[in-house]
Amino acid sequence: MSGDLLFFIEISLAGLGSGALLALTALAFVLIYKATRVVNLAVSEVLMLGGYLFFAFAAGLGLSAWVALPLSILGGGLLGGIVERGVIRPMLGENPISVFMVTVGLGSILVGMAELIWGAEPKSLPAFISTTPLFLGEAYVSRKIAVAFVVAGVTISVFLALFRFWRGGVALRATATDQAAAYSCGINVPGVFSVAWIVGCATAAGAGVLLGAIGGISTTMGVFGLSALVVVIVGGLDSILGALIGGLALGLIQSWASTYLGGEYTSVVTFGLLIVAMMIRPYGLFGTHEIERL
Amino acid sequence: MTAETILEIENIELTYKGSIQALRGLSLKVPKGQIVALLGSNGAGKSSTLKAVSNLLSLENGELTAGRIRFNGKDTAGLSPHALVRSGLFHVMEGRRIFEDLTVEENLVAATYALTGRGGAPADFEQVYDYFPRLKERRHNRAGYLSGGEQQMLAIGRALVARPSLILLDEPSLGLSPLLVEEIFTIIAHINRETGVSMLLVEQNAAVALAISQFGYIMENGRIQLDGPTERLMADDDVREFYLGQSGGAENRSFRDIKHYKRRKRWLS
Ligand SMILES: Nc1ncnc2c1ncn2[C@@H]1O[C@H](COP(=O)(O)OP(=O)(O)OP(=O)(O)O)[C@@H](O)[C@H]1O
Ligand SMILES: [Mg+2]
Repeated sequence: MSGDLLFFIEISLAGLGSGALLALTALAFVLIYKATRVVNLAVSEVLMLGGYLFFAFAAGLGLSAWVALPLSILGGGLLGGIVERGVIRPMLGENPISVFMVTVGLGSILVGMAELIWGAEPKSLPAFISTTPLFLGEAYVSRKIAVAFVVAGVTISVFLALFRFWRGGVALRATATDQAAAYSCGINVPGVFSVAWIVGCATAAGAGVLLGAIGGISTTMGVFGLSALVVVIVGGLDSILGALIGGLALGLIQSWASTYLGGEYTSVVTFGLLIVAMMIRPYGLFGTHEIERL
Repeated sequence: MTAETILEIENIELTYKGSIQALRGLSLKVPKGQIVALLGSNGAGKSSTLKAVSNLLSLENGELTAGRIRFNGKDTAGLSPHALVRSGLFHVMEGRRIFEDLTVEENLVAATYALTGRGGAPADFEQVYDYFPRLKERRHNRAGYLSGGEQQMLAIGRALVARPSLILLDEPSLGLSPLLVEEIFTIIAHINRETGVSMLLVEQNAAVALAISQFGYIMENGRIQLDGPTERLMADDDVREFYLGQSGGAENRSFRDIKHYKRRKRWLS
């Protein structure tokens, strides 16, 4: 195999790894949007908080990574539940822009709190994934990225299956399509809202731990969520499949762009893609739009 | 001897967004096991009445400012809509409101939430498919691709899955061909007879509604104007003329239209 091709494969694998994390974060946006029609910008900061919680549990309290990880995910879920009940639920039915702005404000508060508690300087997480490299054939992959890829991939597949085959998935999709009709079928609609926020924020926190394990944590790591937001806007705000495919695609594209064009091109390419995609399909590549009757 | 009452609405007043009054002291009753028709023209307040009963009003910024509603003897005020459904009151909303992105069967699965906390037998989709064989053929299709009539069947099918004791049916004839209306109303009557479920049936198509109901209410402007057993309503001259589109003799059509208009105005005033 030629060196160039091998190199291309290696950076593509790395891109797929970060793409899987993008997809996982995008999934958090999708879950929450689907149920409550709220674009929760604070997903980015919940992701950051997940990283810091892991830091606090593992480095601060000295807990084993396998205890700290579920605790961090739980912490994210708890935060999501509290925010939904305390702030979002009373605002349902208000102007979507107001609700969106509330999530923006919430994100800033989380960043401020993290800075107050842990300081602004970046930290690295206690290692819990081995650093011995992995080889796929001849191609080198960082083990951390491979683990992130597998975990994110499995999580998303589980979600896809639940959505399709579990009764709760039907309830969520029904609520997403028509709230009044969902109520009329006996579905506990506010309960669906809560579950979506809890699971969405837990997912974001989990993604934060994986991301932190790869690149360390900082109070600005929430910008990663912005890329994930691009994924959901391009893939369709209400489409899990869109989040998966869009996340992997953007991960690949970002990896290629930063390697072959230079790191400064990453966001140019990312947001250029956003604009082009919006011009072609305003509701997202996989998002639902009105079905045309045959 | 009077039959037991499953639904009792007493003097309700309803306002939307704190200012638009849609119901002004409306009262009606549904006896157990019967079909009661609620008729009236556009904007009379029929759908508002049903939404008041199923507590779906709050989703549209509507509020009951007076009166009360009792289902099975219990006041429904303050009950969440899903709790009410789970206690046996199913609202088939105007415009069918099926979940278009879900398959036919998933729509029925969604309705199984109505059985939550009731114990009893598991949901019976076969019963739905027995009444509506066409839904069975299309069970794995996306519901959004069904024809209007099939969507109405699915909306009623969801109610069947919920095994309610009272169904509120809002204009099942909406947008359907006369033949299909006939078919669906025949099935509605069968469901009532065979399962014993009570129904409050809202319709603009008075002829078909009265044909399958035992009692009828006619409303205008948020109030009941006239009520009575179906035979009496069908014999009433005004009802025959305005709601059943029949008139006494072989008058000249244009004269009839004018008279119709005048009498209609009187009715509405
Ligand atoms: N969500 C709402 N907000 C404000 N006003 C409403 C709302 N829904 C209904 N109304 C008003 O309440 C009145 C009664 O409406 P309703 O839908 O109950 O009539 P209806 O008898 O069902 O008519 P139709 O036969 O056309 O369905 C109308 O004047 C309508 O404009
Ligand atoms: Mg109506």
